[in-house]
Amino acid sequence: MKPSAFQYERPNDLHAALGLLASGDDTQILAGGQSLVPMMNYRLAQPARLVDINQLSELNYIREDGDVIAIGALARHAAIKSSPLILEHLPIMAEAYDWIAHAAVRNRGTLCGNLCHADAASEMPAIMQILEADLVLSKVGSSRTVPARDFFIGIYETVITADEMLTEVRIPKPLPGTGWGFEEVAMRRGDYAWCTIVATLQIEDGKITAPRIAMAGVETSAARLTAAEDAIVCQTPGAALFVQVADAAAQAADPADSATGNAAYKRDLVRALLPRVLNVAVSRAG
Amino acid sequence: MTKVSIEVNVNGRTRHATVPPRMLLSDFIRHELSLPGTHVGCEHGVCGSCNVVVDGRAVRSCLMFAVQAEGAEITTVEGLAQGDDLHPIQQAFWEEHGLQCGFCTPGMLATAQELLAQNPDPSDDEIREAISGNLCRCTGYEFIISAIRSAAAKLRERESETTLQPV
Repeated sequence: MKPSAFQYERPNDLHAALGLLASGDDTQILAGGQSLVPMMNYRLAQPARLVDINQLSELNYIREDGDVIAIGALARHAAIKSSPLILEHLPIMAEAYDWIAHAAVRNRGTLCGNLCHADAASEMPAIMQILEADLVLSKVGSSRTVPARDFFIGIYETVITADEMLTEVRIPKPLPGTGWGFEEVAMRRGDYAWCTIVATLQIEDGKITAPRIAMAGVETSAARLTAAEDAIVCQTPGAALFVQVADAAAQAADPADSATGNAAYKRDLVRALLPRVLNVAVSRAG
Repeated sequence: MTKVSIEVNVNGRTRHATVPPRMLLSDFIRHELSLPGTHVGCEHGVCGSCNVVVDGRAVRSCLMFAVQAEGAEITTVEGLAQGDDLHPIQQAFWEEHGLQCGFCTPGMLATAQELLAQNPDPSDDEIREAISGNLCRCTGYEFIISAIRSAAAKLRERESETTLQPV
């Protein structure tokens, strides 16, 4: 339960940090360390070198940038959870944080680190996808922006390359009147999600518009439920519609039997949670 | 691997050390500083036994490397009492039987310290939420909740005594 030896680097600015990423194999970024260090303690991860970005105060921000809320790589979960900007514009994130880890872990852990870790049972990858966040991946001399929907590949796997750092998450402010819902089943709050379903939508003239639904904890990666979105768009919200959509989503889901429930149980969770999420989102829209 | 020099303030005292980067903060506190009050349970961030207060926030000391504590102010359980006088949170845990075996207690105290600094009058739900990341296998938690409630009252009383000086 002790990490193996590694070379430790503590750059003082982003440029130096990116230079280190570009210049060595088997280098990992150490941000909050709340996923990486447990994996190192178990020796599931044995990086040769860590680049500790905790001195990069330039990346510690949650700020308004026009129609976007921008969150830097060093913004910790606890700061995001209590941020007035988040509470005003992105309350779904604040609600989700009640289900994400515990206070002492949220005090250190970062949103960007959480996204890069890409745990299949993690909530924020699903939430970033329905909020249509853009992820800014930086490396020496350039950066690219990847939509959250295209970022996650599978368990612990993303499109980020070894010389890149996720430096900023850019979340468009939802339009006024956007309703949202978050539902999760886990053994306890703070534990790995067995099933999380999140949604945002709007109601215009009694019909659902711009529905976005995502699921985590069921398949190998959080993903949008596009078939369910297509099935409710331009429809009048109603119990029968939502049950029908949830049945289809449960059938389409591809859960693996695992320690947190067999596939049939996971499908039951999808069937149960999806109508709840949509009902809550509809009730908040307007 | 190259050792790194660090300067850390622990319980009000500045400590200098040279540590290998892979040394966990929990091991640094226990073995290098000889402060074994910080307990190590799971060593992967689940149990909360090793919680200490770093720059005012409760953190898992098994999920930080000692090198990352450079420049930090750390409070461990040894830093709570003033001589023979228990800290009000410790006193409340004693009076309310907030511990049996005591293994989880240093982490519980660190968590309670942060909670009560941020929220001097927490509801029982807020106390439960705060200690949800600290496992106790003896008490069933009820006495710990009573202890933190009682500690909050003691700290509020102490605060009013120090702020309401006679004119």
